[in-house]
Amino acid sequence: MRHIDHKNVVKRMGSRMILNKTFKAIFFMATLFALLSLAILFYRIVSQGIGFISIDFFTNFGSRIPENAGIVAALVGSLWMMAVIAPVSLILGVGSAIYLEEYAKKNKLNDFIRMNIANLAGVPSVVFGLLGLTIFVRALALGNSILAAGFTMSLLILPVIIVASQEAIRAVPKELREASYGMGATKWQTISKVVLPSAIPGILTGGILALSRAIGETAPLVVIGIPVIIQFLPDNLLSQFTALPMQIFDWAKRPQEAFQSVAAAGIIVLMMFLLIMNSIAVVIRNKFQKRY
Amino acid sequence: MVQVNLNKPQLKETTDSNQNVNMNNIVYDTKQLNLWYGNHHALKNIDLAIKENEVTAIIGPSGCGKSTYIKTLNRMVELVPSVKTSGQIIYRDRNIFDSDYNVEELRTRVGMVFQKPNPFPKSIFDNIAYGPRIHGIKNKKTLDEIVEKSLRGAAIWDEVKDRLHENAYGLSGGQQQRICIARALAIEPDVILMDEPTSALDPISTLKVEELVQELKENYSIIIVTHNMQQAARISDKTAFFLNGEVIEFDQTDTIFSTPSDKRTEDYISGRFG
Repeated sequence: MRHIDHKNVVKRMGSRMILNKTFKAIFFMATLFALLSLAILFYRIVSQGIGFISIDFFTNFGSRIPENAGIVAALVGSLWMMAVIAPVSLILGVGSAIYLEEYAKKNKLNDFIRMNIANLAGVPSVVFGLLGLTIFVRALALGNSILAAGFTMSLLILPVIIVASQEAIRAVPKELREASYGMGATKWQTISKVVLPSAIPGILTGGILALSRAIGETAPLVVIGIPVIIQFLPDNLLSQFTALPMQIFDWAKRPQEAFQSVAAAGIIVLMMFLLIMNSIAVVIRNKFQKRY
Repeated sequence: MVQVNLNKPQLKETTDSNQNVNMNNIVYDTKQLNLWYGNHHALKNIDLAIKENEVTAIIGPSGCGKSTYIKTLNRMVELVPSVKTSGQIIYRDRNIFDSDYNVEELRTRVGMVFQKPNPFPKSIFDNIAYGPRIHGIKNKKTLDEIVEKSLRGAAIWDEVKDRLHENAYGLSGGQQQRICIARALAIEPDVILMDEPTSALDPISTLKVEELVQELKENYSIIIVTHNMQQAARISDKTAFFLNGEVIEFDQTDTIFSTPSDKRTEDYISGRFG
């Protein structure tokens, strides 16, 4: 006895095709909606802020007069903060990921730790701000310095980097590890010569995306008390500083209409900053992939 | 029921008679080996004496423990977390399970070729030079020599000599597998373990690997796991038949395939199961 009635199949073909096309349309609309909102946002910010982008905007400090307001303190402050976040979070994050994936035994305790690191990635940033305030600003008496903010931001993005690196490491085929062990390589030789080179594009992608998040985060900086009006450039890691999102936040909440445009100009700078970082990620990734 | 027909000791005198005196060119002597994956008893009281400069084939149906056994010979099986073993494997007078036996040292003497070709995503040169480099050879000239010698040894030098710095992934599956054999030769091993090396290859590449195995046995002892009984019959000197984690029969390949002494071997050879 046959189970497929071919007449019936033909009869239902029309509705199946309609459903097929409907879903394609829905998914296309979803993509279009995201792209469109991004384009509108981009247009609004650029059209509002472009008038304030000038050489002076990059060289002036903050000011009460919108025309004189500049972003140099925030830009340089953000760069300093990056210089702390990038090494701290990458070394700790990749190190933890290597430990969890390559060394830690598969048991209940380690499963629990793995699960909680993933959960940690979902903790609101303001909570990390409070953690930073308690530990770095007060207990370690770093004050509201670059170091305190950088450490706080590193903690914030650490779970994301760990999870991304773990996934990249896990994606390295076990056959490659076997090949290496099979020739008498030690665990560290296998990790450094086989696992990491294969995992590095994934680690860098995750790492740089996490760094972008740290650059754009505002809440932890507010909580640890980063000032907005800074009339000097930081000269060491314990200096006071301000950062791009803090500066934008401050401009945006000022009553004068003109400061809204200054804020938009600040956002343009921040977006350029992130764009450059992401491009660097892409370039590094392609360079590493070409070597294989 | 374990039945092992140890071959008669050969009369050939070894020149280095102070070494290996008691074992007449036996390279691997397995004694009462048991292995468990968790609670699963995968290898049961294995006794096998494998001679040097021979090709020893291990055949048997899927899940009989043949791959597990060959991976135990270089302790690769320990990469599986829940593995427990008992018994001894004597490799060149030392028990490989001794607590002071470094697996890295063992695996430098015992090369391995895997089921699926697994070159590194690096250039052909870097693939072959990987082993020598991890063992501390940095000199460019020495590496060049090793790479050429290994590739010639694996009969693939002529095919790749002009593209040594291209990615090994650009080669065909059969070429990749011979690159992997060359990579194993580059650590100048004593024994080469092959775990179904041709199961992912087309017939022509399979033939090339089989011919290569014949050449390699002049200088190396080869232990090869295979699903393919014709392959075992073609290339091996001795054959061990595994079933459910036990060695059912171990003898000259000719004997196994013409007059097996165990009914189960005969059934398997003649295709009645497996």
